[in-house]
Amino acid sequence: MTQQTINAIGLTKADYRGAPSTLCAGCGHDSVASQIIAAAFELSLQPHTVIRMSGIGCSSKSAAYFLGRSHGFNSLHGRMPSVTTGAHLANHTLRPLAVSGDGDTASIGLGQFIHLLRRNVPIVYIVENNGVYGLTKGQFSATADEGQELKHAGINQLPPIDVCAEAILAGCGFVARSFAGDAKQVRELIKAAFNFHGAAVIDVISPCVTFNNHDRSTKSYTYGKTYESPLHDISFIPHYEEVSIEYEPGEVRDVQLHDGPVIRLRKLNRDHDPSDRLAALALLEQARAANEFVTGLIYFNERRPTLAEIFRIGPTPIAALPESRLRPTREAFARVMADLVNGE
Amino acid sequence: MQFSQPVVNEFAITAATVNGSGSQTANMVLMRAIFLMGIPVSGKNLFPSNIQGEPTWYTLRVSQAGYTARPAETPILVAFNPRTADEDLAQLPPGGICLYPADGPWQPRRADIMPFALPVRQIVDQVGVSQRLRTYAANMVYVGALAALLGIEDEALVKAVNYQFRGKPSAIDLNLAVIRAARAWAASEPSPAHGRFRVSRMQSTTGMMLIDGNTAAAIGAIMGGVGVVAWYPITPSSSLIESLESYLPRLRPSDDGATCAIVQAEDEIAALGIVIGAGWAGARAMTATSGPGISLMTEFAGLGFFAEIPAVIWDIQRVGPSTGLPTRTAQSDLLSVYYLGHGDTRHVVLLPGSMEECFSDAQLAFDLAEQLQTPVFVLSDLDLGMNIWMSQPFRYPEQPMQRGKVLSAEDLARLSSYARFADVDGDGIGYRTLPGNPHPLAATLSRGTGHNERNMYSERPEDWQRNMARLWRKHETARRLVPRPVIDLNPQATVGLIGFGSTAPAIEEARDLLAAAGIVTSSMRVRALPAGPEVTDFIARHQHCIVIEQNHDGQLRQLLQLHCPTYATRLGSVAWCDGWPLTAPFVRDQVVMSLEQMRELTPVIR
Repeated sequence: MTQQTINAIGLTKADYRGAPSTLCAGCGHDSVASQIIAAAFELSLQPHTVIRMSGIGCSSKSAAYFLGRSHGFNSLHGRMPSVTTGAHLANHTLRPLAVSGDGDTASIGLGQFIHLLRRNVPIVYIVENNGVYGLTKGQFSATADEGQELKHAGINQLPPIDVCAEAILAGCGFVARSFAGDAKQVRELIKAAFNFHGAAVIDVISPCVTFNNHDRSTKSYTYGKTYESPLHDISFIPHYEEVSIEYEPGEVRDVQLHDGPVIRLRKLNRDHDPSDRLAALALLEQARAANEFVTGLIYFNERRPTLAEIFRIGPTPIAALPESRLRPTREAFARVMADLVNGE
Repeated sequence: MQFSQPVVNEFAITAATVNGSGSQTANMVLMRAIFLMGIPVSGKNLFPSNIQGEPTWYTLRVSQAGYTARPAETPILVAFNPRTADEDLAQLPPGGICLYPADGPWQPRRADIMPFALPVRQIVDQVGVSQRLRTYAANMVYVGALAALLGIEDEALVKAVNYQFRGKPSAIDLNLAVIRAARAWAASEPSPAHGRFRVSRMQSTTGMMLIDGNTAAAIGAIMGGVGVVAWYPITPSSSLIESLESYLPRLRPSDDGATCAIVQAEDEIAALGIVIGAGWAGARAMTATSGPGISLMTEFAGLGFFAEIPAVIWDIQRVGPSTGLPTRTAQSDLLSVYYLGHGDTRHVVLLPGSMEECFSDAQLAFDLAEQLQTPVFVLSDLDLGMNIWMSQPFRYPEQPMQRGKVLSAEDLARLSSYARFADVDGDGIGYRTLPGNPHPLAATLSRGTGHNERNMYSERPEDWQRNMARLWRKHETARRLVPRPVIDLNPQATVGLIGFGSTAPAIEEARDLLAAAGIVTSSMRVRALPAGPEVTDFIARHQHCIVIEQNHDGQLRQLLQLHCPTYATRLGSVAWCDGWPLTAPFVRDQVVMSLEQMRELTPVIR
């Protein structure tokens, strides 16, 4: 594919940019932001159909640094999921893209994170996971690996919360892990997630260059570059592209998305079936036990209805319903009053 | 005992029963039957925080004068709970009637009252009630006995039972049979209790209905266009949401898809988060909760105020602090709700005091929230929300919904620039754009962090200061938009009684009692915060004002002293909170005492 400067709806990549980043130079979150911009550009997303949602923290600040032509809400620490749930119910035609961190998601916000996934709000939920609190200067988060060391916080003696495992258990149907240093994988996963019908979680290990990028950190660039073990080479194939390359049998697994696009997984080190929930959980557990940094599409299941579908919301968003549909008729009101007065 | 005159249409009944036994259904039948005879009624349900087996009391007041405050004295006792019967009996005034089960373990031992033993088991057997329904049917025995003693008409009983058991013909037949059997038995039982208290048909309730404030609020919210509801179960607010669920399908067709989504959230934090998200995206969204939920919603309330997001929050107040008394009534969240949030946060608070106001405030709250782009609180309480009150039928809203300042893509196309928080109109309210608006100028990133007029992140002192000054201007706009106080001015009065919400019936009745004692009063019921100039004016017109409220700290009085510091010493306080609705004699005595104290402390110079 040749590099195009204008996408299918006539926008340039610059149209998907946001305000200049104020994060530390080299922050993993900025790499993720640029892949969000690239993915949105390549998918030719209408900016006004996307809403940028975030909580509080370095990652959540970054919502200002992409998709400047999309509405957004930089909300409360750990509470972005509830705000997004409300926005989805009010206008289910909007597509939430959320950035959160390990503190925002796995510490203060773990409850809301799980309930959001349980409700299957169709969101692209990116966790920029660095195992450390940046804005408050270097405390451990709940995803820090056991034995991890930080300058001021000392050694972490508690087991990490695995965002991906929590997501699978909560009923999320699109669960992936990636590495901010693996730009292509991040981008392809975001594109796939945008086309997923339901909540999609991408846990991106995104190094904090200031507080947690030292040699013994499992969330550093060096660690990621050295130990990342991708399950597969991921390509998002929009429905309008012809698939031309021939593969050996067993080498490729195509995951069909509901609207026609395909996620093409070309096998690398091992064979993993992302449609197998138990296998996905086993993979995460084995990787944890073996100190492996496994990335890729871990779990996929597109069968659950979204929250708006469960509530049977029609094509018109509730927020756009005219007064004639929001206010009961005189006749309906009179019947209710008559019933209260006469019991008839 | 000799009594010269029967007491007609001005008395009260307390039914002391065991919760979970179905006694509330019996009490409702009794209340509605008397109401259907055209006689004003009111009821107070004193129930425990428990599912089954604990004591509960229902006080039904019959008042031809139309008084609906909790009565100070109830001369008729239904002693159906042996555990509390001795205490209940001690409350019965001399000459009162005590109905009790003849086959139970307890008998009243007082010479100055009229005992009336009911053969409950015998009557239930006679009707042939199945084993499963005996406990429930037993309560209908006292309904039947009271029908005989008081003279409740059969037609009214039939209608009341039909209303209560709508759509369940077998339940209607069974309960009517028990009531009629008990009535027949009681009618033939010789007792001085006959004719002592009587009901006599009136025309005072014609065309009215019986309703609770939570149902009134739910119907109002539906009329007001509610689109997203998020909540977490908590007494005494849960029935508001349950009423929404029950009335939505009756009021709004959903053939083209649901017009309202009701989410039971994982907690009150998420409940308000969902409401804020929905309000941000353009829906009319609300939640209902009580004190502990309000505490959890604090951070979102501050975000809503500062990011300027419409939201409606009903607080059905109960007794706090902490878990407090979950099933008892109070007005003790006024201060915390007005200032809910850290920093310089202050909110718009509506204070309904009747069923009509619960209904109309439910609509108004949405209008104000969208006009002012801010969370609006409605402070009801357990007494208003869960007790049954008489009301005229509600009126269909004639005004269109006020959706506030929202710019469409077409509006933006006519503008050369757009700044979310520019005070274009001088009222402190900027223009919103809703998510989904395709115009390139429309998008902004809403935030709780410091921002400038363009909603861009800013730590500049002048941006912060300017923004807060504008929010204060907006609060002044709110002061003009909220409902005016309800004032009854007596030109002769030097004393003003001030209250809000559910204490209105007790205060109004107390004014009659005070007048009988030679104290002429005016009254003002504050309907909303921020308070307007009429409030100051009322206080200024009276030498002494007594603020009557159901909390310990005199919260409204504190706010009014801040509102008009010049007159702060004119404001006396009757602040009382024990979980029970106020009675008029109590208010009268407290007002007299408070006036005496004030006159000693601040003699008025004439």
